[in-house]
This record gives sequence, C-alpha cells and structure tokens, in this order.
Amino acid sequence: MTYEERLQNVSVLGSAGKMGSGILLLTAVEMADLALKPENKDKSFVLNAIDVSPEGLSGLMKYLKEQVRKVAEKKTVLLRKIYADRDDLVENYDIIDEYIFDVMNVVRPSTDLEATYNSNLVFEAIIENKDLKVKLLSQINNNSTTDPWFFTNTSSVPINILETGAGLDGKIIGFHFYNPPAVQRLVELITTDKTTDEIKEFALTYAKNLRKTIVPSNDHAGFIGNGHFMRDAIHGMNEAEVLAREKNIPLFQAIYMINKVSQDYLVRPMGIFQLIDYVGIDVVSFIMSVMNPHHEDEEISHQLLNKMLEQGVKGGQYSSGAQKDGFLKYKGGRPMAIWDTHKQEYVELEKFQDDCNEMLGSLPDSAVAWKAIVRNKKKEELIAAFVNDLKSMEALGAKLAIKYGKRSKEIGEHLVGQSVAHNTDDVNTVMLTGFFHAYGPVNNFFD
Amino acid sequence: MKKLRKKVYMTAGYNTVSLGTGRREFHPKKPRPGLEHYISEAGKGVLKQIGGADNVDESVIGNFMAARFNKQANLPGFVPMIDEKLQWKPAASVEGACGSGGLALTYGIRSVLAETADVVLTLGVEVQNTVKAIYGADILAGAGWYQKRKQGHAYFFPGQFSDRAGVYYEKYGFDKARKGMARWFANAMENARLDETAQEHHNTLPDPYALALKMKPNGAAFVDHLTVLDCSKVSDGASGIAICSEEGLKRIGVDKKDTVEVMGWAQVIRDITNEPADPAELEAIPRAAKEAMESAGVTIDQIGTIETHDCFSIAGILAVEALGLAPKGKGADWVAEGNTSRDGYMPMNTTGGLIGWGHPTGATGVHQAVTIWQQLTGKANKAQIEISDDRPYGMTINMGGDDVTVIAVVFKRG
Repeated sequence: MTYEERLQNVSVLGSAGKMGSGILLLTAVEMADLALKPENKDKSFVLNAIDVSPEGLSGLMKYLKEQVRKVAEKKTVLLRKIYADRDDLVENYDIIDEYIFDVMNVVRPSTDLEATYNSNLVFEAIIENKDLKVKLLSQINNNSTTDPWFFTNTSSVPINILETGAGLDGKIIGFHFYNPPAVQRLVELITTDKTTDEIKEFALTYAKNLRKTIVPSNDHAGFIGNGHFMRDAIHGMNEAEVLAREKNIPLFQAIYMINKVSQDYLVRPMGIFQLIDYVGIDVVSFIMSVMNPHHEDEEISHQLLNKMLEQGVKGGQYSSGAQKDGFLKYKGGRPMAIWDTHKQEYVELEKFQDDCNEMLGSLPDSAVAWKAIVRNKKKEELIAAFVNDLKSMEALGAKLAIKYGKRSKEIGEHLVGQSVAHNTDDVNTVMLTGFFHAYGPVNNFFD
Repeated sequence: MKKLRKKVYMTAGYNTVSLGTGRREFHPKKPRPGLEHYISEAGKGVLKQIGGADNVDESVIGNFMAARFNKQANLPGFVPMIDEKLQWKPAASVEGACGSGGLALTYGIRSVLAETADVVLTLGVEVQNTVKAIYGADILAGAGWYQKRKQGHAYFFPGQFSDRAGVYYEKYGFDKARKGMARWFANAMENARLDETAQEHHNTLPDPYALALKMKPNGAAFVDHLTVLDCSKVSDGASGIAICSEEGLKRIGVDKKDTVEVMGWAQVIRDITNEPADPAELEAIPRAAKEAMESAGVTIDQIGTIETHDCFSIAGILAVEALGLAPKGKGADWVAEGNTSRDGYMPMNTTGGLIGWGHPTGATGVHQAVTIWQQLTGKANKAQIEISDDRPYGMTINMGGDDVTVIAVVFKRG
C-alpha cells in the first residue's frame, strides 16, 4: 500500500478534543492536498472524525472551517496554481472558499466507532486512559475490514502496553503531537520492539509533509516531553511548599514567587504554575498517575495537585482557547490572582506581589525577557551573561533560579540515563520546540 | 492642454493619519474608525481653515472601492455628515482606481474653470483594513482588467509590478536596480518619520537601506521580483483640500501666500485591456507629465519637488525615467545616487510617498496635492524642504491601475 493509498481512508478517535481536532485538521489538509492532485481525481479520500460527543463534533466542524481558511490564506499563491483549470474560480475569495470546501469534504464526523472499520490508518487521541485505549484499539482491530495501522497520540502510556493489550503486534507507533498540534512543530516518535519499518517510514513521510520536527523517544512512560515537564512541575511545587515553610508565608505567595522565578529568571515563556494551568491540573495529575507505576524508584505525583482538584480548581482551556482559572486566575490571558488553598479563594496579585518581589530581590541589569530573545541569534550569550550574574547574587530569587536551572538539567540528564531519550540533544530539542524554551535544559549556564 | 484661462488655487490641506501596520495605534483585531470617520475628519479639517461650510459651493470625493472594502456606495451622501450646511448642495464622487484622488482634483479644477463653483471641498478617502491583505488583493485587482484576473497573481498588483521589475532587472541589471529600489525605500522611511500623520511615522528601523538591500525577492512566499519593502502598505485614511477661484479665496479669507496656484494639469488614459508595450517603461505617466508641464509653461528643470505615485519602488524608478530626469535604465542609479532624497537634486515624496506616508488608494491623489501645498507654502513642519527661487514649482503624479489613469498637476505658490 502506497503512502497515498494508506491515506485514502483514515480515522481520528477523539477528534473533538484539543489534540484530536488539531490532528484532524492537519490530516484533512494533507488528504485534501492529495485528493487535489490531477492523478487522484477519481479517487475518494475519507477522514472519519470520531468522537463520543455530538456537540464536540459540531464544534469541531466550526473549528475546522476557521482553521482551514487560515491555512488557505497562507497558501493562496499555490492554490491559484492548483485550481488554474477552474475557470469559475477567479478571485482569491473564490479559490479560498473552494479549498475550504474541498478539505471539509474529506471529513465525515461520526459518533459511531464502526465508521473506522474501513480505515487503513487510525489515529488515537482520546483521554489518557490506558484501559479505554486498549479497548477501542482492540475493538477496531478485531472488526476491521482492512489491516489498519494505529498511531497513538498518548503522551504517557508506554506504547508496548497498548500494543500487547490490543493485540496489535507491530502495527502501532507512538506519534505524539504537542499542544496545539496545528502550531507546535514537535512530534515525539515512539516505536516498540515490534513496530514495523513500513509504519516508521510512513510516519516519517507523514511528519515531513506536515512540516513537523521528529524527535525519537524510547518507549518509557511520559517519554521525553512529559518526562521533563512532570518532574519540573514536581520540583516547582516542592519549592513553593518549602519556601512557604521557611519564610513563613502563605503558600499562594510562594506559588507566585516560584512561578515568577521559573518564568522571568529562567527566561521561559510561562512560569511553571501557569504551564500546569495551561495543560490542565487534572491532565497533569492524570499523566503523573499513568507514569508513576512505571517508575518504581521514583514518586511521580504531588499532593498539591490532588488538593487543587478536590477544591474543584482544574485549569485547562475553554474550547475558544481561552485559559481557565487554575493555580492562577486569568483575565485576558494574564494572571491576576493566585488560589489560596486555605481560604479556597483567589487573592489578587496587587495585594501581595510587591512584598514578594521585594523578597525575591531585583533582577540584574543583564536580565533578558523570553519574548525579546527567543528568536535572537545571540540568545546563548545573553542568557549566559544573565545566569552568570544570577550566580554571583545573594538575592533569594537568584538562588531559587540557580537551583531550578540545575534541577532542570538534572532531569534532562536523567532522561538520557534512563534511556528515555537517545541523547541530551533530543531532550533539548523537545524542550526548545515542544515547550518553546529559549534554551535546552541540558546546558552549562547553571553549573 | 492649453494654459488655464482662469486662476485656480488650492489651500487648507488636511490629512488624517494613514492607519495600518506600522502605526502604533493600529491593532488588526480591534475595532477601527470607518469610512464615516475619515470623510468627516478630513472634511472638518479643511472647513476649519476656510471659514466653515457656508463658504463651500460643492464637494467631491475621490474613492476607489468603498463598494467592496466597506460595502458602501453613494459616497456623496456622506458629505452633509461633515457639516449639515453641506446638505442641499452638490456633491459627487469620482473613481479611477488609485487615481481617484487625482480625478477629484481635476473635478474641482474643472468646476472652478467652468465657473460653476468658487470653492470646492475636495476629498479623497479609502478604508482598506476591513479585509485581510489576501482579499484586499482581489479588491485592488479591480484597478486592472478583470478578464486578466484569473491568470494574475494572488497578489495581483504586486504581481503586475513584479513583472515590470523582472524585465527591468533583465534589461539593466539586478544589482543596480535593487540598489535604487532600496534607496527609494530608505528615502520613504526617512521622510515619513518627519510627518506625524504618516503610516511609517513610528518607523525605527536602524538601517532601512541595508535591510531593503539585503532582503531578496522570494516568489514562493510573495512575488518573484519584489519584496514587501518594495510595496506600499494597506492603509485607512483621507485627505482634503479646498480648490478655489480668486473670488473663492476672498470669500474664505485666505491669503494667496497660503495657497498654491494650479499652473497646469493634464489627465491621460491608457487602454486597460492592453499590456504595456515595454514593461520596463511607463507610457501614460510621461504623457501626463509632459502635457501638464506644457500647460503650465514650465520645464522639468524649473520644478523643485515632485510627488509621484510609488505604489511600488519600481514605479518610482520608472517615473524618474518617464519624467526624463534620468535616461532609460539609469533611473535606478539616479535614485541610488541620492538625487530624489530630501536633500538631493529633486526631492520626491517628501512626506514618505505611498510607501512611507501610506496609500489609502482613493485618497492618494489628494494627499499628494496636500504635501505640495505644505512644501510650497512652508507648512510642512519637520518634513519641510527648501524650495529655491529658481525652481519654485511642484508637481503631483497620480496613477490609477498599471499606468492606466494618470493625472499630473503643476503647482506654484500663490
């Protein structure tokens, strides 16, 4: 079966979700582009968008339409060539509208799993529930009229467990997009001992056509990305608790301070607590619970997450992409307050942030902001100078930052030591492209 | 064109800000002022300087495509919104693509010459940020022949002038052409920074010339032979000026020294269904300029400053050659040598032109007249250049489409 034949019938499970919708969008565009080739004029291309939620599927179609328009607007020059023989399509307006139709026309939204039984390729992007994943993959595999390949977007479940559980015997590969898939360039590729070369080859071609950066990860729960993020988050939460105890301050103030240190001092796009909110406190907790049993000598969980969830604070995002309140409360995407787990209410930043900032001490003149330097060719030098100044300072913020940076490096090296990543370059690539860090965790800045 | 049989003056020029990317107050996702605001602001800006709406006999608006950018036609109906006293008086709108503003000038001039009006409130307006550039390209393509749209580039007009640039590179050399075009861009930025209403007023590029020279055209991302820096931007804006007879000036109480006199003008049309005979050469602009200068009884060496229609940097270079300032193929060198810079032999587009000040398409012709009025009467503030006594004339050249509808006007201080 050729690449094109493989893509003639595809299903995405969980297609109304945050990850599934992005995967569906990218795949729909890839399939429509194949369908529009003159030699494929008489072939059908079908993409089943499967989800349990009819409302979700309805929202998905709206999302698709908006996103495909953006895609089309960016490649109108090319589309004018593709539709050159269509005399009825004259203006960019006409051409873009037609392309949107052609992409949407590939997609078949359905709540019925049977729709997947004719697919050559099945993307799995449902919730991080191993048993449910196994159940669905096994059901499709057993009922399929073809001999499908399975791509799973799991960010934490070892692929070999899904493979064995669902009896897929080499027909599965981990193809882990980052959130949001339409924007993030990174894909972690995870093979099992049995994954066939054909699947791997197809996956690489598909990733290339989607203009994704592939980083291979070994089949360890959490892989590289969550392997780093979850441990980094645990470090952040521990640090906040220690800080609150040592300085005898409320935890919410310590959360504010660690969030600030992990953003401003570590030159990251967002602080660690904001990142947990972005992913969702519930999702982070769930990923940890999937990873934890696979790490016998290490505890991957944190009671603070459980406490937040008990108090009904979950973070995550609205379908519009707007940030829900979590550790931090947001207005227009900007943090405005921090959750107080004692009083179970948000405390406005303006009531305490000056005091906290004073405790942290001021940043050196060499401080650089993530946004200002992330695309700067000399960023390595600038960051080195900044971190060097931090190292020479006695201020609390500087001390916390150095400790944080060292721990981040330790986690990165641990991932290589545990054979999750092949090398530290791969760890750095994941954090640079998947988490938009300005520098990789394995560096010499903090030594 | 014969010498004008009656004296015609322009005064009380006014420009709104040219709003679009580059201006700090521009946010693509936030609501912005509409057509109504721009017509009103520019109209009021002129009326304030001429003693109010009572003094106006009639009004004219130059506009290209409000019918598509704003889903609005019948623009004369908006004139009384400027001032209720303009209601029940005549008003018209004129269209000749990006030459609409220039046509509005000729409308006012004709009315004064015909003695049907002594004071004509003359406006130009376009509000284009209502759609993304990729759709705006469709709308602006209306300035070309629709039958050619299908074969044209997604960015139709950049595509047209890219073709011209491509032929120019081939005939005369890529490197020197790019040097001239980079200098053209750098001049536009330098001048625009001096004018508070310019779209590039806030421009802070450390070295515009080096940047423009370094950036190479990339056909995969845009068009084959131009970069984005070779192009005027998408703009919202309006300009206004009063066109008056001598009697009109007395009525509004404006001293002649605060006016410019229209010494001559011309308007020519090239067949829109024909391709240019030689893409590296303009045909309508040299004819219009020649006729306007003949009408004024002046030669190019008596002209001290020119506002020319640089919708693309290559259009500026080709205009330099069309005006005879440099031989064919040498325009790029002439510009590269600094002759069109604000301290050069022939300062051109001294408030930034279309690339620097902005290009609200239907307003551009009027904006050009406002700039010449400012320069010749000493009202250009920071953008002021020196006008010498032996070269006291100024000229505007406004072009609609690809060298199709061209209006040239020669001015001297009144």
